[in-house]
Amino acid sequence: MTPLLEIQGLRTVFRSANGDIAAVDGVDLTVPRGRTLGIVGESGCGKSMLSLSVMRLVPPPGRVAAGRVLLEGRDLLTLSTAEMRAVRGGQVAMIFQEPMTSLNPVHPIGLQITEAMRAHDPRASAAELRDRAIAALERVRIPAPARRYDEFPHQLSGGMRQRVMIAMALACKPKLLIADEPTTALDVTVQAQILDLLRDLQQETGMSIILITHDLGVVAEMADEVAVMYAGRVAERASARDLFGSPQHPYTLGLLGSVPRLDEDRERLLAIEGAVPPPFALPQGCRFHPRCPFAIEACTKAQPPLEAIEPGHLAACIRAPVESAVELTP
Amino acid sequence: MLRHAVQRLLLAVPVMFGVLLVGFLLMQVVPTDPAVVRAGPNASAEIIEAIRRDLGLDKPLWLQFFLYLGRLAQGDLGVSIINNVPVAQELGTTIGPTLELMVASLVWSIPLGLFLGTIGAYWRGSLIDRAVMAISVAGVSVPVFFLGLVLIWVVGFQWQWLPFTGREGPLWTWQGLRAVILPAITLGGVFVGPVARMTRTAVLDVLGADHVRTARAKGLPERIVVLRHALRNAMVPVVTLIGLQIGFLLGGAVVTETVFSWPGVGRLAVGAILSSDFPMAQGTIIVLSLGFILVNLTVDLLYGVLDPRVRAA
Ligand SMILES: Nc1ncnc2c1ncn2[C@@H]1O[C@H](COP(=O)(O)OP(=O)(O)OP(=O)(O)O)[C@@H](O)[C@H]1O
Ligand code: SF4
Ligand SMILES: [Mg+2]
Repeated sequence: MTPLLEIQGLRTVFRSANGDIAAVDGVDLTVPRGRTLGIVGESGCGKSMLSLSVMRLVPPPGRVAAGRVLLEGRDLLTLSTAEMRAVRGGQVAMIFQEPMTSLNPVHPIGLQITEAMRAHDPRASAAELRDRAIAALERVRIPAPARRYDEFPHQLSGGMRQRVMIAMALACKPKLLIADEPTTALDVTVQAQILDLLRDLQQETGMSIILITHDLGVVAEMADEVAVMYAGRVAERASARDLFGSPQHPYTLGLLGSVPRLDEDRERLLAIEGAVPPPFALPQGCRFHPRCPFAIEACTKAQPPLEAIEPGHLAACIRAPVESAVELTP
Repeated sequence: MLRHAVQRLLLAVPVMFGVLLVGFLLMQVVPTDPAVVRAGPNASAEIIEAIRRDLGLDKPLWLQFFLYLGRLAQGDLGVSIINNVPVAQELGTTIGPTLELMVASLVWSIPLGLFLGTIGAYWRGSLIDRAVMAISVAGVSVPVFFLGLVLIWVVGFQWQWLPFTGREGPLWTWQGLRAVILPAITLGGVFVGPVARMTRTAVLDVLGADHVRTARAKGLPERIVVLRHALRNAMVPVVTLIGLQIGFLLGGAVVTETVFSWPGVGRLAVGAILSSDFPMAQGTIIVLSLGFILVNLTVDLLYGVLDPRVRAA
């Protein structure tokens, strides 16, 4: 069976005075049906630009410069505006990091849900839409949904607003939900509730999820597949079990090293120094080499391709697999 | 919402009181003695003194002010020095035409300004945007009287398409409608630019907001994204800014009425001031100020209607 979504060679650039700057630079990804793909990486590595590229909502002066985004084999990047509008909120829905600002403050939440439904089902009657919206609020476990229907966003807590966002996103039963840091702005207990909710809803509907986060704990808990991004590229891709069990890319090792692990006495020598380079100041060769404890001369020459270390486990590092590299390091 | 409204109303009371006080004091500082004017050029000192007593001008200032407030409360704004017509009566016949002119000016200029500002913001940097900006800069820098005179000269005088002196009946009659067109283009014309500019800025701001991205991610058509999720939100600051421009609009009305001999409060004010008809001038100033306060009150209340967060507070 073809995967639900396949991203091939995606490149998203921003026009600038010194030519195009790539925020996403040659990304290949696959989202299996009914599963969750976690995308992790530090701030600024291009996670949001990647997801907005799938939705074709990259804000100008940004644009998708190359690649294919195949939804069930159909390239979204070649669709007409009207066709793409039918995909947005229809087959692919998205929720965002900031539940505080992602809803329109001047309209009641009921309207904001029904307008999404109406956009994809223009013939439904107002009464029918209202019933469906209240049912959608109920499905995301919002208490007293009929009353909430007429309330405004400022009358709801952050967690409730994110539930409204989810209800809105799922209003038309999308096949894919892209969640860009859906819980980052929420406190820990609410975060856990929202993640539980997403998992339950996935079970009910069979949708696929792309879950973007910089929290490895969230990925470990939620994702079936994981892609680690660094400076606009995929550094490592594997099933969650393989990635956490035997990480292959030094960057992944560094990220894992920065997660406190009480159950292991492995030394935390791998925590990464420095920050992601901005897309206009990328180093030559491997983009990670200035921060990489395993870097050797060859790393500064050519960009390592994303290659299979084992079947289904890919890493973009000339020294992978790292078990041998760790031994090699003095 | 109700609390908000009551609060605003209560706030308007001291402002109104201040306006009346200023209007009263204005009469005290003018160099001309109303008793002398009333008595005429050949009157004797005794007659002037008698008139002064008659008008209460011999009493202390604070008492005069309260007597004045008392008369105001009864709708007595004094009589014209020039023709002895009661000020209240003159105002009564001129308020209608002024309101007509205002409505006829705003009814097309505000929607046009909103439209131009919105398309300018939506296609920012494009040719359309630059055209909108050019129109609004022109609108801000062309003086009202100049636009009025050009229209009179070209459309009224040369082409003889439309009348350009005075009012010719109520708006719902064909003659009345024709007569209001040129004044309304003049007064509205200088308002389109500011409204377009404010709208453009506000819409541009909202278009970059997270909730607009959400609206697009839902697959809404651009028409709804722009109208319901950008312009609608932009109305909150735009209405406030339009309210702030109302003083400017009243000033424009005074000029427009004068240029087109429109029988409104503005022309009455200019005539009264030019002929040193102080009671009349005072009356027009009170009415114009009252209009200003009322418009601001309306804007405040509208603000509450437009922004649910204010409504709740
Ligand atoms: N309007 C813009 N103009 C130029 N560059 C931009 C613009 N918007 C984003 N970028 C660049 O794109 C890169 C990727 O940004 P993106 O928002 O995708 O990062 P992210 O991984 O989502 O980070 P975060 O975790 O902070 O959300 C950033 O390094 C940023 O410099
Ligand atoms: S290629 Fe070199 S610099 Fe890049 S991650 Fe591997 S070891 Fe580090
Ligand atoms: Mg982001």
